[in-house]
Amino acid sequence: MRFGVVIFPASNCDRDCVHVLHTVLGQEVEEIWHEERSLDGLDAVVLPGGFAYGDYLRAGAVAARAPVMTAVRAFAQVGGPVLGICNGFQILLEAGLLPGAMLRNAVLRFRCTTVHVRVESTQTPFTRTLREGQVLQMPIAHGEGNYFAPGSLLSTIEEAGQVVFRYCDADGRVTSDANPNGSVRNVAGVCNPAGNVVGLMPHPERASEEVLGSRDGRLLFESAITTVIARREAPKQSHLYEIATGLRPSQQGRSPRPFGARDD
Amino acid sequence: MTTATLAPESVGLTRDEYEEIRRRLGRDPSQLELQMFGVMWSEHCGYKHSKVTLQLLPAESPRLLQGPGENAGVLDIGGGWAVAFKMESHNHPSAVDPFNGAATGVGGIIRDVLSMGARPIALVDSLRFGPLDDPTSRRQAAGIIAGIAAYGNCVGIPTVAGELVAHPGYRGTPLVNVACVGLLRHGDVARSRAAGPGNAVMLVGARTGRDGIGGAAFASEELDTGSEREDRASVQIGDPFAGKLLIEATLDALRAGGVIAVQDLGAAGLTCATSEMAARGGMGMRLELERVPVREEGMRPDEILLSESQERMLLVVAPGATERVAETYRRWGLRAAVIGDVVAGPSLTVHFGGAPLMSLPPYALAEAPVYRPSAREPATLRARWTMPDLPMADPAKALRTLLATPAVAHKRAVYEQYDHMVQVRTVVAPGAGDAAVLRLPELSPHGLALVADGDGRLTDLDPYRGARRAVAEAAANLACVGATPLGLTDCLNFGNPEHPEVFWTFRQAVTGIADACRAMRIPVVGGNVSFYNESPDGPVLPTPVITMVGVLEDVSRTCGAGFREAEDIIVLISAADPDLAASSYASAVHGIDAGRPADVDLDAHQRTLAVVREAVMCGWLSSAHDCSDGGAAVAVAESAILGTIGADVTLPAAARTDAALFGEAPSRFILSLPEHRVSDLQTLAAVHGVPVAVIGSTRGDRLRIAVNGQRESASTIDLPLDELASAYESLAEIL
Repeated sequence: MRFGVVIFPASNCDRDCVHVLHTVLGQEVEEIWHEERSLDGLDAVVLPGGFAYGDYLRAGAVAARAPVMTAVRAFAQVGGPVLGICNGFQILLEAGLLPGAMLRNAVLRFRCTTVHVRVESTQTPFTRTLREGQVLQMPIAHGEGNYFAPGSLLSTIEEAGQVVFRYCDADGRVTSDANPNGSVRNVAGVCNPAGNVVGLMPHPERASEEVLGSRDGRLLFESAITTVIARREAPKQSHLYEIATGLRPSQQGRSPRPFGARDD
Repeated sequence: MTTATLAPESVGLTRDEYEEIRRRLGRDPSQLELQMFGVMWSEHCGYKHSKVTLQLLPAESPRLLQGPGENAGVLDIGGGWAVAFKMESHNHPSAVDPFNGAATGVGGIIRDVLSMGARPIALVDSLRFGPLDDPTSRRQAAGIIAGIAAYGNCVGIPTVAGELVAHPGYRGTPLVNVACVGLLRHGDVARSRAAGPGNAVMLVGARTGRDGIGGAAFASEELDTGSEREDRASVQIGDPFAGKLLIEATLDALRAGGVIAVQDLGAAGLTCATSEMAARGGMGMRLELERVPVREEGMRPDEILLSESQERMLLVVAPGATERVAETYRRWGLRAAVIGDVVAGPSLTVHFGGAPLMSLPPYALAEAPVYRPSAREPATLRARWTMPDLPMADPAKALRTLLATPAVAHKRAVYEQYDHMVQVRTVVAPGAGDAAVLRLPELSPHGLALVADGDGRLTDLDPYRGARRAVAEAAANLACVGATPLGLTDCLNFGNPEHPEVFWTFRQAVTGIADACRAMRIPVVGGNVSFYNESPDGPVLPTPVITMVGVLEDVSRTCGAGFREAEDIIVLISAADPDLAASSYASAVHGIDAGRPADVDLDAHQRTLAVVREAVMCGWLSSAHDCSDGGAAVAVAESAILGTIGADVTLPAAARTDAALFGEAPSRFILSLPEHRVSDLQTLAAVHGVPVAVIGSTRGDRLRIAVNGQRESASTIDLPLDELASAYESLAEIL
């Protein structure tokens, strides 16, 4: 399949994402310049980590207004899978494509370390093939990763199943010791109501090869690949259709829906 | 041209130097020229007092693609690939403005490596502060670490290795030495020699402002107590965002072709870059200063010529390629302006507003006079070689004290503030092994290992031996991860070289590095000298810092420093007897910096390293760690804490029990390995004539260290691992 990796000025994990998607996973990858206005021909888009536009003003604030974000918004609207990693997550929040906001880490410093997260929702293209409760080991590297949403918004996204990852210990327990940055309710990643736009602070591309200590991050990209391919194949193969859409084969009569559309 | 009305002293020049300028020009310099000579002939730019001595350092290597004299050294690593690396100090600016001083130090060294045409892939930082219970030192430490983090994290270059030392000998004069390593193809090596009359001279990157004017001259003065307030205008402000754009745009521009030479703008700004590029190429340059993009209206020519605004580079570009180069920089949001051209004949001519402002031979500026300062062994040196009779400390208490010493303690509190994983190369992260290991997917399964080492305390007590020990220690650290030394870059931090005792110490240290490098066949491919590190308390501890780069055959076989399995056998490899002279134990536990450090037997050392390196690359070892500060007891404790597995060992006896536990010597290692590999290791060691002793095994969650032949109760350390770990994590409370 064909991934797009967006490059903002001072994105700095763009090459890492291209490496994993192309060299490690053998996918086609297109580098998308921040001034691009079209994402035609792409199956999924990754907003990589870094310090887009220097993160001056506020992390992600300037990048959220870059020309390419209009195209990303349109791509997301029709159900295209979008993954924001670290700074990419911050940009998606600033762009209003994901709910909530990012505060400075509770420790008030940049923190680069390895953490564990628990998969809280499998209703997204990036977690579809994972198990709920599955524990993944991935690195973090950020100064502003303290996820915040006010009480009412938090209840809404919790109830809607929009919390995708939570910081936990190696055994999957969500504890305050396992929270590296002070995020409310240990939230490490969220999705939009439709589930096709996902943002997370940990770096799956840094945990996609054994030699770097973990392959857990690769599961997110593999899930997206499986999901996209399944959607293409969906009319023909019902079990893949189920994986792709979350629908049981008996419900196939309905028209195909975007990723993450809920069965309610 | 107006003749100088400034006194030479006001720009940091002596009367003799002024006469030399007159001799070279055949006339009096103008005021502007005098200012330019002032910065170019400062110690920082001109290496006046160090040049002769630095010629002692060997650069020979069959892998050498570029030695000293360019912006960074370049060495072949096979497969058509090469690494460029260089270390530089930013001590004076960091003392005055810790955050910005350190940040711009990072930016500057990155541009040095970039100007060789290399993509920067790693940073190494070596930091020295006054005691961390001193509020000023602590504030400087926090600011410097935050500055390095702010710059390195944003530009996306991982900081993977380094040092942190606290000692009263650095009070008021922190040392900030940063190295950068870059990767490039052989054919892409860029150089800084101006060539081809008619080629365009382009200034690219950030605009030129009024910051940092006279920074180089300031870096060549001793700091006094008012420095922090008065000198702030001499400190440049970094913009890592622009720095990142400059990296990408410059690599794009070099790839596209038409760029003939590259030089970064650092100390002395345009003055230095233009005169050095022209002098290196034996060419001249004609500059039109009004074409320099400036940050504010009304900047005077001297301000434009001397500004040290960051994130700028000077390119020599073929005339037909200037528009393409400009477009490349524009795409990255940066400016690229043609500010002049290369001319035949040795003259650097500067025009402003259409009128000629000055014209002089570039080499007159770029080649500062060379001095052979007088040298005298410090009067008190030999007296300090007498070691007082140390009382025996409680071993358990001494171990905890040593583990909590900043030089030994876990640096997690520091390196967690640095992105050490970006670029997905980091296989052995900081803190996990004796050196950082980066994989090279370009040359898989090969990798690079990086380490920084220096010991001001040892160098102070014996500069020749201290410097040799630093080289030996760096190579030992590389061996622990399975790497063979490729080359090194050094940062030489000393006081005022006009003091004969300081200069003697400097020359002894350089001789020590040179001898060690010749014996071990390690080329010195570049480096930096920082003199005048003096505060009202006197000169800084003389501190040569070595950043050594090594290559690994297979990164998947590399080895960490922490124990990996319970019931492994623990082995001590030792080619020298531990000694308390000049030891960390004497310093940290007894408060005594005395004794003559033992010299390193480089032949025995080389053989020891071969054993460790081969054992790692054969995949026999679970862990490898060299015994340095705090000796064998500290090394065993660190391996246990890092691996969260206890140990029970009995160390060989020495002259005293505390010497057996905490005595130091080069060429000693603590290894752990499965029992069935022990005979393999013993055979390998026998081949190289290196003594190996089985000293115990890994087990449980306590650390028990006894000394052979000593009564149990008096000599034994028996502590729960948690207790040691909390001492080892002491920096978390401080930084």
